[in-house]
Order: sequence, then structure tokens, then C-alpha cells
Amino acid sequence: MNGRLEYALRRVLLTIPVLFATSIFVFLLIRLVPGDPVRTMLGIRATPDTIATVRSQLGLDHPLITQYWDWLRNALHGDLGQDFISHEKITSLLSVSMPITLELTILAMLLALVVGVPLGIIVAAKSGWTRRLSNGFVIGAISIPDFWLGIMLVLIFTGSLHLLPPTGWVAFTDNPAQNLRYMVLPVLTLATGQSAYILRTTRAAMLGTLSEPYIAFLRAKGLRQRSIVYLHALRNSSGPIVTVTGIQFGVLLGGAIVIENLFALPGVGRLIVTAISERNYVVVQGGVLVVACLFILVNLITDLVHGLLDPRVEEAVSR
Amino acid sequence: MSDSLLEFRKVSVDYAGRGGTVSAVTDVSLTLIEGETFGLVGESGCGKTTLSMALMGLLPDIASVRGRILFNGSDLTTMTESQLRELRGDRISMVFQDPATSLDPTFGIGSQVADTIRAHGDVSRKQAKDRALGLLAEVGIPAAAERYADPPHRLSGGMRQRVVLAAAIANNPALLLADEPTTALDVTIQAQILDLLADLQRRHGTTILLIAHDLGVVAQICDRVGVMYAGQLVEVAPVAELFARPRHPYTRALFDALPSGSHQAGALRVIAGQVPDLAHAPTGCRFKDRCPSRLAECDETPPLAMSDSGASIACWLDPATRAAGGLGPLAIAGESNG
Ligand SMILES: Nc1ncnc2c1ncn2[C@@H]1O[C@H](COP(=O)(O)OP(=O)(O)O)[C@@H](O)[C@H]1O
Ligand SMILES: [Mg+2]
Repeated sequence: MNGRLEYALRRVLLTIPVLFATSIFVFLLIRLVPGDPVRTMLGIRATPDTIATVRSQLGLDHPLITQYWDWLRNALHGDLGQDFISHEKITSLLSVSMPITLELTILAMLLALVVGVPLGIIVAAKSGWTRRLSNGFVIGAISIPDFWLGIMLVLIFTGSLHLLPPTGWVAFTDNPAQNLRYMVLPVLTLATGQSAYILRTTRAAMLGTLSEPYIAFLRAKGLRQRSIVYLHALRNSSGPIVTVTGIQFGVLLGGAIVIENLFALPGVGRLIVTAISERNYVVVQGGVLVVACLFILVNLITDLVHGLLDPRVEEAVSR
Repeated sequence: MSDSLLEFRKVSVDYAGRGGTVSAVTDVSLTLIEGETFGLVGESGCGKTTLSMALMGLLPDIASVRGRILFNGSDLTTMTESQLRELRGDRISMVFQDPATSLDPTFGIGSQVADTIRAHGDVSRKQAKDRALGLLAEVGIPAAAERYADPPHRLSGGMRQRVVLAAAIANNPALLLADEPTTALDVTIQAQILDLLADLQRRHGTTILLIAHDLGVVAQICDRVGVMYAGQLVEVAPVAELFARPRHPYTRALFDALPSGSHQAGALRVIAGQVPDLAHAPTGCRFKDRCPSRLAECDETPPLAMSDSGASIACWLDPATRAAGGLGPLAIAGESNG
């Protein structure tokens, strides 16, 4: 147990430098955009006076290192600055948009797992047409672009079948049922490709595991096929599945940007895209930082889950 | 007469592979007596593992089995998967070659003994754990209670093989198959595991089929020995008889290939010529191309026939084989080569 605890502790500590590096990257990203951000923001007709005022308001007249330090210190105190168009705090903007993005991505990932893992397990034991069918699905689902699939789903479910609302959003707290109805198509759009990745990973991992000698020994001990497959083989295959889930969650966050804009969901992706088009860089900076931190957190959770399922991680620690 | 526990009747196993059909086991007939320790030896690739997996019903889908395998009188080859599952780990157990890969790396060692108990009886978790602890102690795992939840990688190879043995004997099986259980271990550990096997055999009266490619291992604990060559069983004899008077030309070649003069121990060495490719196995005796005493009859398969010494040989040089095959005594000229 100690080895696994040590692994978990190390893994948690490892996120500190990663978070630090991410903050520098996000900070510089905006500064490195060619041109003066304030000038771009205010437009060509801004007077030098206005520019100077805004510049000092934003602290842009200080040296880079001071700017970074102030920004980081404030961020650590939960203050990501102010939107200078709407004058709202970035944190309150995010507190509205973040739950929407989280709802969208988490539901999509859950759906992808619920579909992909069992199908992957079943397909691993099959050959012939079941396998060809699943290969076809995987290739199709991975190669269809999200936005195209989204449009097709809208055409089918809204245009032809009149089953679901096309675009828009209602807060979960206002009307949970309506909120979920609005979520169905975006979630389906995002989950399709993901379920294919999960299916493919699960199938490959299970195929590898099922040919291991310890599986033969479990059979030689007379264990039931069900417990061999779903308890032993699945647990031994969980490493790649969990890892891919973590990585694909990042991809999902990226996909959410497109999907939120397509379905007019007011999530972080939409917030960032709108802010970019308005040159609203404080918002861009805050949004990107939060999304990046979320991704780091998901990766941390992924690795901790992996450590929980596979005691061999402690060998990696001792090396 | 003693009771037969296991009987192979003309068992053949083919693998339908991409490069043609491999006949890995051909017409093996063999009877194991209750309570004995039977050694099966032969170079690697001669079909020992295939024969034991056929008995367990664990061959891959590409394999097909012919013949009958009778365990306590019932034919294993016609049993359903669920009937076989009930026997496996309960009446018939198996230990694999490499303890490093035999245990599930993600589960504690104790639970991998307890799960065998629970798979074959209505036993509570607690009872299964208590019995598993007793078994781990019996096979010589020190401080079993503390190590119960340890994952396999924290144990040495020898300790892991002890855990595997504990799981194999958990339900007190009538037959224990051990497929080269010491090949992957250090020499000193090998001896310990063999002692443990012999010890378990004495205490529980388990019939053991011990597969080895090492005559020394067989000499240590077996009552009788079977020698396999390229999928055929060529000689079966009491261990003392086999070591004193090896009869089949292949068995003799095996002893001649042992390190200088020692007939007691050592791994099998190379014999002149090559093992036939089992995808295009020759008809008749498969040793004929390497045999110093080849006869015209060798294109026919010699039957395994028991002589008065208690040994059975499948070779046309042997009078008992000739009688069983309906041939007259050998002409004197044929013997001069031997
Ligand atoms: N899964 C398989 N597919 C095809 N051929 C196999 C398979 N397993 C074993 N064989 C072949 O069967 C023969 C006997 O192998 P095996 O039973 O493992 O021998 P041993 O245990 O005596 O070393 C070998 O020629 C081997 O190549
Ligand atoms: Mg083998």
C-alpha cells in the first residue's frame, strides 16, 4: 500500500510545476500576439491618451515579470481580472459558462464510456462480421467531423422528426428537463467520435490481456467466464482505457468550442471564441487558463485511478 | 490392480494454422494410476503442453482433439464448457511453467487462492480467506497473513510458484498437472518446489502428472515416466527401469546426450539430426530419420506395447511391439546396427 500511496503523492506534487509552466504559457500567449493588444482592442480611432490610460489600468506599462507576478498572485486569490467591455469579473463570467462546458463534456465522456467499453469488450471476443461492423463504425465515427455530424443530427432530429430543439440553452436550475433536451444533440455529437476511440482502445487492450498466461491460469482454476472477463481482464486492460479517456477528455474540451458555437450553448468555448473576436484578451486569458487547469486536473485524476487499479505502478516509483 | 484415474485413448491434437495443419500430438495412449506421480519428458515442442491443455479443455479454438480422455471413467472431450469448468481447479488442477506470468498482477496473492475456493463451493468470503491463509502457510509462504493482500510482483519467482501451487491444491484435486513448474526458476529454488510437490503428494495422495524436459527433475519425484518425441509417446516405464535400461532408440539417445557419464541429472542436450516439422510430419515412427537402427517397418507407426519388464516401447526393434503389430521376430541382420 505504501508504494501506491507514494505514487499518488508524487503524482500530485508533479502537477505543481506543470501548473506553473501552464500559467507562464497562457500569460505569454497573449503578450506574444503581434501588435499592441491595447491598440488592437481599442481600434484605430483611439487617442494616444485613451491608449495610455487603458494600458496603465491593465498594468501593461509595468515590466513583463511584474505583470506576470501580479496576474499570478491575483489568480491564486481567485481574481482573474475584469472584462473591460462588460466590466464583469472574469470569475463570474466563468462561473456561468464553466458548468455548461462541464455538463456537456462530462455527459459526452460518460456516454462514450458507457457505449465504448462494453462494446469493446464484446467485440474483443468476436471475429467475422461483428468485428467488421465494429471496425466500420470506428473508422466512420472517427473520421466524421464534429460540426458536420452536429448539423446532420439537427437536420434529422429537429428538421425531420421534430423531436428536439435545434439550438439554445436553458439553465439546469431553471428547468432540468428542458436543459437536458437542449443537451442531447451536442452531447451525441461529441460522444460519437469519443465512443469509437474508447471502443477501439478497449478492444485492443482486452485482446492483449485475454491472451496472457494468467488468464489461462484463471480458467484452469475454474473461475466463471464472466468474472474472468469483467473482473480480471477488464481490470488489467484498464490502464490504456483510463489513459485514453484522460487524453480524449482534452480533445473533448477542444471539440466543445466548436459544438458550443454550433448549438449556441453559452459555455467556456463560446466565451473564448467571442472574446477572441472582440480582442477581449483578459477574458481569453482567464478562459484558457481555466480550461488548461481543468485538463491538468483530469490527467491527474486519470493517473490516480490508474494507480488505484494497477498495483504495478509502485514499481515505476521505485525505479 | 490399482485404479486408473486418467486414461488417454489414442489422443491426437492438430492445430489448424496459417502454414498448414500441425499435428502436435499423435495417437497418445496412456493410463495414470491413482496416487502415482507420472513424469512426461521430451524436448520442447514435442507436444507436452498441448496434451495437458487438451486434458484441461483449454486449447485454443484452432486446435482439434481426437480420441478420448477419460477422467474417472467420464470422457472429458465430450463434456460441455460448464461441466469442464466445474472440474477445473476442483478435481483437476494445473500449474503453469512461468510463475512470473501465472498470477493476475492486479490482484492480491491471497485473493487468487480464495477465488478458486469460492468458484467451487458455497463458501463465504471470510471462510475462503481463512482457508486461503491456511493454504499459503502450507505451501511455505512466511507471514502469510501480512502478505495476503500483496500483489504478485512483490514476491520472488519461487514464492509466486508456491502461491500458484496453493491455488492449485485449494480444493484438494484428484489430479494435479504441473507443466514444467520449475523450468523458469533458479536451481536451488527448483529443488524446493519439487520437494514441496512431493510433500503435497504424500499428504493429500494427489495424482501428479509432471511435465519436464529435464530427466533430473523426473528422477527426483516420479514413479513412472513417459517419453514423448514429436507428438508421439515412444516409451513408458517405471522410473528405475527407464534409468537402468532405456530401450527406445530416442530414450537412449537422450541419455547419451546427457553430460558425461551422468545418468542421474541434467538437461536434455542436442541429438544429431532435426526434430521433424510437425506441419509435414513423416508417416510411421517420427524418430526414424534420426534413428541409428532404422528398419523398413519404420514407415508404419509402431504400437506402444508392454513387455514383461513393465516398460512399454513403441519401436519395431522391440519384440513386444512386433508381436502387437503382428510382425515376426526381427531378423538378426537388423539388430547389428543397434
Ligand atoms: N497455439 C498454437 N498454434 C499452432 N501451433 C502450436 C500452438 N501451440 C503449440 N503449437 C505447436 O505444437 C507443437 C507442440 O507444442 P507444445 O505442446 O507447446 O510442446 P511442449 O510443451 O512439449 O514444448 C509445437 O510444434 C508447437 O509449435
Ligand atoms: Mg510446454
